[in-house]
Amino acid sequence: MTAQGYDVARVRADFPILATTVRGKRLAFLDTAASSQRPQAVIDAMAHYERTSHANVHRGVYELSQKATDAFEGARERIRRFLNAASVREIVFTRGTTESINLVAQSWGRRLGPGDEILITWMEHHANIVPWQMLCERTGAMLRVTPIDLRGELDVAAFEALLSPRTKLVAFTQISNSLGTVLPVERLLAAAKRVGALTLIDGAQAVAHQRIDVRALDCDFYVFSSHKLYGPTGLGVLYAREAVLADMPPWQGGGDMIRTVTFSGSTWTELPHRFEAGTPHISGAVGLATAIDYLESLGIDAVHAHEQRLLARATQALRAVPGLRIVGEAAHKAGVISFVLEDVHPHDLGTILDAEGVAVRTGHHCAMPVMDFFDVPATARASFGCYSDDADIDQLVTALGHAREVFG
Amino acid sequence: MDLKDLYRDVILDHNKRPRNFGKLEPCDSSADGNNPLCGDRLTITLRLDGDRIDDIRFEGKGCAISTASASLMTEAVKGLDRSAIQNLHAQVHHTLTDHGGALPPAELGKLAALAGVREYPARVKCASLCWHTLDAALAHVGAPDAASAASVSTE
Repeated sequence: MTAQGYDVARVRADFPILATTVRGKRLAFLDTAASSQRPQAVIDAMAHYERTSHANVHRGVYELSQKATDAFEGARERIRRFLNAASVREIVFTRGTTESINLVAQSWGRRLGPGDEILITWMEHHANIVPWQMLCERTGAMLRVTPIDLRGELDVAAFEALLSPRTKLVAFTQISNSLGTVLPVERLLAAAKRVGALTLIDGAQAVAHQRIDVRALDCDFYVFSSHKLYGPTGLGVLYAREAVLADMPPWQGGGDMIRTVTFSGSTWTELPHRFEAGTPHISGAVGLATAIDYLESLGIDAVHAHEQRLLARATQALRAVPGLRIVGEAAHKAGVISFVLEDVHPHDLGTILDAEGVAVRTGHHCAMPVMDFFDVPATARASFGCYSDDADIDQLVTALGHAREVFG
Repeated sequence: MDLKDLYRDVILDHNKRPRNFGKLEPCDSSADGNNPLCGDRLTITLRLDGDRIDDIRFEGKGCAISTASASLMTEAVKGLDRSAIQNLHAQVHHTLTDHGGALPPAELGKLAALAGVREYPARVKCASLCWHTLDAALAHVGAPDAASAASVSTE
């Protein structure tokens, strides 16, 4: 079955890992929210770069170094176009979403002091909580947290009430990794702007599933990881509005980020390289650019529609499983379903599902405050990507029946 | 691999009806164990008669493997002295991690039911949490702050 001509069988054929078996069973990979798989095109592009173009970037005058630099900077331009950023000077390569947030906390955050506030939400990933806690400890600023309700919706009225002229930064996820909730981003951004706060969006769970336009959003920072966007691990992106980035001090010192170095002091190079000390993940950038090409060749809107259809189908199927409770039932969700099964601990569930070839994440999903709020030690979480299909959902439901038999 | 090797009847039974579940008050020592990665938590309280465990209870929340392992452990260590417990802990550890496939030694008794865990490396810490917590409780006996629980965390 396909939606609007979306041929999921053809998409699946692009991902070699989906043809492998697990414990002798067909692999039903339902953990894309933790890390997506890679299409052959990405694997090939990275291998091609290593075979034909590798040298260090921004250094040599020889042809190979220029080829590597072109590939790396070409990837930066590809990412700029993907996000619709105004300039490549606004695209900083990092190791991932976590490092992007830490960069902002450690560089931009230096200006904070007692009396200043940072506002986040209860459903943030630890990566969008802990760097701010550490920053507040260092500077005396205060961290405020917007509450959520039992459906997993953000309390927007509370968010607006927590904003004040003391709020210097508002940081929130676009899509909750543990609940699947899609946040009302435009409304939150508008409210933050009214008090003059800067805004950071954690797009880790969003970039591969819906169209992103940082100029239309008009946010100050947008962060995401390559490996949740069908690209390689070890690479992420910080988008920062140029006027904001230009005003930030460097955070890591070393090669590539300097203009001059003497023992009486050093000067910094231009944006974005000022924030990229050391040799970067060049083949990773090539892989990410190819992953973006791949996703856009499928059509982000088509992928979004496909995942929404799977979400509806899986939600309906899981609700019919006796003793199963879905954790997070917001009106507007992405392809992420957290759940618990009566009398079966999520870790036992994870092991039993694994024996049936079903890969789901079990645990706290790096969102311990969410687990505490719903009073569960952990949940099982199924999440979808462009290659997920009905058979994956059927295999999950059958395996859940098996778990009920074991613990019956 | 058969799931029945992991979730044997003894395990399922001890998960459903954990033995020695609860808290001893007063007690000679106690310890909290927690496994931050999975959220398993348990508290062990014990009374000593000289060097031997006179009585022991546990309570907490965890998966079937961690609950059954704690239940089986409390049954096995009652009446044992420290050196016998140390010996037993070493044998359990070996059984949980030995990939040679050797049969668990006969002294393990019902604890041998945990041998299936060795095929699931991610679950070894579920089964071993209670033993580390017992170690912490025993080490805590007679400590200046013995009134409060010791704590142990496995990663």
